[in-house]
Amino acid sequence: MNIEDKLLLIRFNSDQSAHIKLNKDLCVDCEERGCLYVCPVNAYQIEGNEMTFDWSACLECGACRIVCSRGALNWEYPRGGFGVCFRYG
Amino acid sequence: MDERFDAIVVGSGPAGTTAALCMAREGLKVIVLERGEYPGSKNLFGGVMYTAILGKLVPKFWNEAPVERYVAKRRFNLLSETSSVSFEFSTKDFSDPPHNNSFIALRARFDRWYAQKAAEAGALLVPETDVIDVIRKDGKVVGVRTQRSEGDIYADVVIAADGANSLVAKKAGLRSDFSSDRFTTGIKEIIELPKEVISQRFGLEGNEGAAVTFGGYPSGILCGGFIYTNKDSLSVGVTTYLHSLVENKMQVSDLLETFKKHPMVKPLIEGGRAREYGAHLIPEAAYKGKMCDDGILVIGDAASLLNPSPIFLEGTNLAMASGMYAAQTIKAAKEKGDFSRRSLDLYPQLLEKSFVMQDVTKYGKIPEFVTKNPQFLTDYPDLLCQSAKELFTLDERPKAEKKALVRKIMTQNSSSLKVARDLYKAYRNLL
Repeated sequence: MNIEDKLLLIRFNSDQSAHIKLNKDLCVDCEERGCLYVCPVNAYQIEGNEMTFDWSACLECGACRIVCSRGALNWEYPRGGFGVCFRYG
Repeated sequence: MDERFDAIVVGSGPAGTTAALCMAREGLKVIVLERGEYPGSKNLFGGVMYTAILGKLVPKFWNEAPVERYVAKRRFNLLSETSSVSFEFSTKDFSDPPHNNSFIALRARFDRWYAQKAAEAGALLVPETDVIDVIRKDGKVVGVRTQRSEGDIYADVVIAADGANSLVAKKAGLRSDFSSDRFTTGIKEIIELPKEVISQRFGLEGNEGAAVTFGGYPSGILCGGFIYTNKDSLSVGVTTYLHSLVENKMQVSDLLETFKKHPMVKPLIEGGRAREYGAHLIPEAAYKGKMCDDGILVIGDAASLLNPSPIFLEGTNLAMASGMYAAQTIKAAKEKGDFSRRSLDLYPQLLEKSFVMQDVTKYGKIPEFVTKNPQFLTDYPDLLCQSAKELFTLDERPKAEKKALVRKIMTQNSSSLKVARDLYKAYRNLL
């Protein structure tokens, strides 16, 4: 099962603006790029040499926050009531 | 908000709700802030709800709580690519309530029910409210700032029960120990199957449930797999050290897909329909921060109160215990009218005296142990499977020869002495 199909199983109440802010400039010469491996929904992608991040599919697990060694993330939770909403959990 | 509270609880998981429930019953004015749409909507575990404390707070909770099945069977599997060596404990001795206080559950349902108990006891439960900072006055924590308009809330004490990522404990300056060697991540799917099919596949009757864990596969990664039987679905997932994923350049969702395809896992989940996918951090290493400060306490996952031993895998009971001790501490503080750090220091003392800190102290070094001794997850499961296969391969060789072969397999990467030492190390550190 691929991530796109899995995302269809999850209930989101997406906010208009990003709750995690990424300072892409710091990702350019990051060799580790741990975010690519630990994000359960592959929200981090490399396009060319640029890091992109799709916050709308975020499961709010915090794994990227923990592995980012560059301090490139301003990591906050979505506003109250927004974001992922587990029905089973 | 002009109203003042005795206590603000941030987060309505098992820890926060227990604290709120106990304080409300003591007549304290309590507000619980939950960032999700409802309590449990942001929460996820394997998993098993350990309910020894819950049973005291809500007698006969099993008659009303949305639990799935009780744990009647535990199976530990060590995997190679094609084989499995297992250890299983099954019993009929837990078939009467309280069922050994071990219930498989789904958090979005359970936490919602439990939070309602705190509300019934008098706590004011406010969902959809994210705490963005603590408010300090003269160095003391005196409240929290929320994103709502006029969203400053004041109280004598704030309880950070906001889970593994605890931004409240971080912003209050109580902890900074967020490094990738201290956390694992758990990702899981809910896979729907008919109740009878689940009972048949796992050898269960009635409301018996199984907690099945796996180690050794995919090889080379410090990870483990799990299957918990719900009533009519399975919780299927993997947990893995974040640094191990990064070092192996392994995508965590690929890890789960690989696990699901293992020949010993696949038939257990075959034909099921995926209903949900989720992820959560697990704070495995013992807390390095402060448990309390002037006007604030940290409980549950926010204080990394967890038993990560692969044999036990406990968290919810430690969370509830910490919530209960926090409530006792605040009650005593209120009687004295003193919410300073010195007064709140009763909380860590109560934790130290209980199983909570004793288990955390004993098992909180497991992340370091596993990282330093990867052979337990990367080598031994495969060697055990190879040995078992050799032992049970039927041919015309005498058994004494087989025994020698097994010895050779087990010591192929080291020596008998090293294996004996490893066995002792595993016994001391993991059990």
